[in-house]
Amino acid sequence: MKRALLTGAASFAALLAAPAMAQSVAITHARLVIGDGSAPIENGTVVVQGGKVVAAGASALVPAGIKTIDAGGKWVTPGLVVAVTDLGLVDVGAVEDSNDSDADKSPFSAALDISAAINPNDLPIEVSRAGGVTRAAVAPLGTNSIFGGQGAIIDLGADPDAVTVPRAFQYVELGETGARRAGGSRAATYALLFNALSEAKELTLAPVGPRRDDVLLTRRDAVALGPVVSGKQPLYVHVERASDIRMVLGLKREFPLLNLVIVGAAEGWMVAPELAKSGVPVLATPLTDLPNSFEQLGSTQSNVGRMKAAGVKVSLGDFGDQPRYAPQYAGNLVALTKLPGASGLTWGQAFAAISSGPAEALGMGDRFGSLRPGRAGDVVIWDGDPLEVSSGVTRVFIDGVEQPLSNHQTRLRDRYATPAEGALPKAYEW
Amino acid sequence: MTLSRLARGAALAAILAAGAGGAGLAKDKKDDSPAVIAARDFDKNPYPSTYHAYPGVPTLITGATVFDGEGGRIENGQVLIADGKIVAVAGAMADMAVPAGTVRIDGTGKFVTPGIIDIHSHLGVYPSPAVEANSDGNEATAPTTPEVWAEHSVWPQDPGFSRAMANGGITTLEILPGSANLMGGRSVVLKNVYSRTVQGMKFPGAPYGLKMACGENPKRVYGSKGRMPSTRMGNFAVDRATWIKAKEYRAKRDAGKLETRDLAMETLAGVLDGTILVQNHCYRADEMAQVLDMAKEMGYHVSAFHHAVEAYKVGDLLKASDTCAAIWSDWWGFKMEAYDAIPENAGLLYKAGACVVIHSDDENGIQRLNQEAAKAQGDARRIGIDIPDAEVIKWLTFNGAKAIGIEKLTGSLMPGKMGDVVLWNGNPLSVYSRPEKVWVDGALLYDATNRKLRPVSDFELGQPGEGDVK
Repeated sequence: MKRALLTGAASFAALLAAPAMAQSVAITHARLVIGDGSAPIENGTVVVQGGKVVAAGASALVPAGIKTIDAGGKWVTPGLVVAVTDLGLVDVGAVEDSNDSDADKSPFSAALDISAAINPNDLPIEVSRAGGVTRAAVAPLGTNSIFGGQGAIIDLGADPDAVTVPRAFQYVELGETGARRAGGSRAATYALLFNALSEAKELTLAPVGPRRDDVLLTRRDAVALGPVVSGKQPLYVHVERASDIRMVLGLKREFPLLNLVIVGAAEGWMVAPELAKSGVPVLATPLTDLPNSFEQLGSTQSNVGRMKAAGVKVSLGDFGDQPRYAPQYAGNLVALTKLPGASGLTWGQAFAAISSGPAEALGMGDRFGSLRPGRAGDVVIWDGDPLEVSSGVTRVFIDGVEQPLSNHQTRLRDRYATPAEGALPKAYEW
Repeated sequence: MTLSRLARGAALAAILAAGAGGAGLAKDKKDDSPAVIAARDFDKNPYPSTYHAYPGVPTLITGATVFDGEGGRIENGQVLIADGKIVAVAGAMADMAVPAGTVRIDGTGKFVTPGIIDIHSHLGVYPSPAVEANSDGNEATAPTTPEVWAEHSVWPQDPGFSRAMANGGITTLEILPGSANLMGGRSVVLKNVYSRTVQGMKFPGAPYGLKMACGENPKRVYGSKGRMPSTRMGNFAVDRATWIKAKEYRAKRDAGKLETRDLAMETLAGVLDGTILVQNHCYRADEMAQVLDMAKEMGYHVSAFHHAVEAYKVGDLLKASDTCAAIWSDWWGFKMEAYDAIPENAGLLYKAGACVVIHSDDENGIQRLNQEAAKAQGDARRIGIDIPDAEVIKWLTFNGAKAIGIEKLTGSLMPGKMGDVVLWNGNPLSVYSRPEKVWVDGALLYDATNRKLRPVSDFELGQPGEGDVK
């Protein structure tokens, strides 16, 4: 853990010597949220041993000798999972040198492997962790191609090993952004996409030797798309417009093994039956309700609720700002259930949409995202209803290890709790 | 409506008096050449508001929790709106005389607040769809453009206005030019009511504001064009030189010696007169402190610092200068000057006795100002600063009205004020609550239970989702 590293090699060694102890904890008397869509359990217990959940529920037994925390009736949930973020890539968005989320001058696109750029110590990771986010999918965003490169799945633990799964998915832009990058039209986007996947297929069949002389992709980019064509690596597709979503679902006719995940989907409600039938997971941008572009004319906050009601595998993702806002977005979807004519989510569905839902969309549902036995011991204790905006996080565990929650923001907060300077300038208060 | 008209007349008279200047009137006999007269006696309000209150019926809400916008809270309260105005606010037991035909609304379990005010919006000037053709918020061709007026950029068909009302309970907004320029131009205060024209939205009697900006944006925009300012010291130099020019202009005006009109200087002279309120985009504490000194040096007042993510470091200075901090709850880190933003900003400012306003600067955030305030309240509570709900509501209502100079007209539920009211289906400081009904000047202009009372802008007619819940 970072704390251990900072405080010296001795304690780091101690931690290594007793991993099971460090990764075991029981939390009792909790208002326990499993995260699978079920309702909260009063007076629940969760037991984490060796970094994994071994039991959670009203009747979970606490093994003898395990570190036990009495939650005193507080809410206890799985850690939040936020899909499609730039966590670990950016210190300050507008400070270009600190921002690895764009690579639009690179000669490569699909080959880009974002795991190489992830900094586990970056401040947004620390701030998001303090907001209860424990896992994230990190996507490369801007390239000069429709392909954004290969994203990674990370944990937000205070240790050097952030990357859980490198090259976890390929990311492609197929709406207005894709059209702009492909040459100005969606027609160009699809020509580029089909060509790219074909070149990848050809390379898979003949990995060595000369290629055709009219290829567009670099060898590395084409190689990177091989696992996409074979379905081994999921293809995350960013689209918003109803007709674009239909086009994406149609891709399987040409490339039947594609393992698709749709990202964005502002007009998803307009094609909800087709989406449901396809079984393709959707990571929807929550609360989009403005026609911010011509591909989002049908935007409504009821989008997620309508898709859910139609049976779409929908959860939240790609909200473009701070991952710690996930609970606020989910809470807003619950609010819609009280509005005449609107569609929202139940509390349980809403929490699942920021925990087990995105984990499943990432193909990680059996690894994390809920407190069902066998999942990672990612546990958060809250001072109130986690979806309520006035609530906050009090403790966070990742893989059963309690995490530090202090960061630049909390240090400033503490320094300026009394803004007046004392005998010496503020710079001496630390 | 009568109040609005009166207020507008009064403000107009004030503007005219200030524009001519007492001294100017005395001296103008010395030179009444046609040029001097033309430079002096122009129409100070050439794009007057044509907004009028829409028809309403006398309405009594009973049994609701009422936040009056000035820090008051009444359990099981009654609110009477009639003739476009707040008539009375009282507890359950009060004997309230209601006009014949009053509609009674059972507010049991619901909450009433004044209409929510956002003093930092770019709706209309950066509307949806956010295409280049609609991008009208920054006249980024010169570092000081006090001559431009935001109202000339506002597109009154921005779909964002309807979302702000339906989801955020917004009844009043200040539309600002962007922050590319040190002096970005005049703001315009709008009633959140669709109209064919901008004039039909203009808040009657609201003073103009001047958008100013310090920090990264102006120096980046002009530095990248190879011109001044390219540094923070350049920002101040250009500002100060421009103020000096404005002071000279004003002195000449007051002496009756102007021979030509100057749109830029007219705006700045209005600031020096105190009739145009400075709304200053500024992030860092050290820069805010310098701006306050510049204001003192040049003889004007900063009404509010906008964004002010480091205001918590200088709450005492803001309090002393009676300058509000218009802030987000927890935006952070997106640019260098936002690096020291903390979610406890509002709470620490409140503790310091400074004026807190929650603003959006965002077409989505404006739909959830109540939630932003609740986040700040929770973050304050966690460091031991307990702020009552009714005080937090003040951040969204009265304090904003004060910062843009309309607190005598709206921003709280005091009898005689505009009937700008929101009935929420739960505590507005909960994520689970939404506006159920919104009145503007006593007219019911949004009703969650009546789909025909969802405003639909021209742009959305015939489009997917026309009239849909948003």
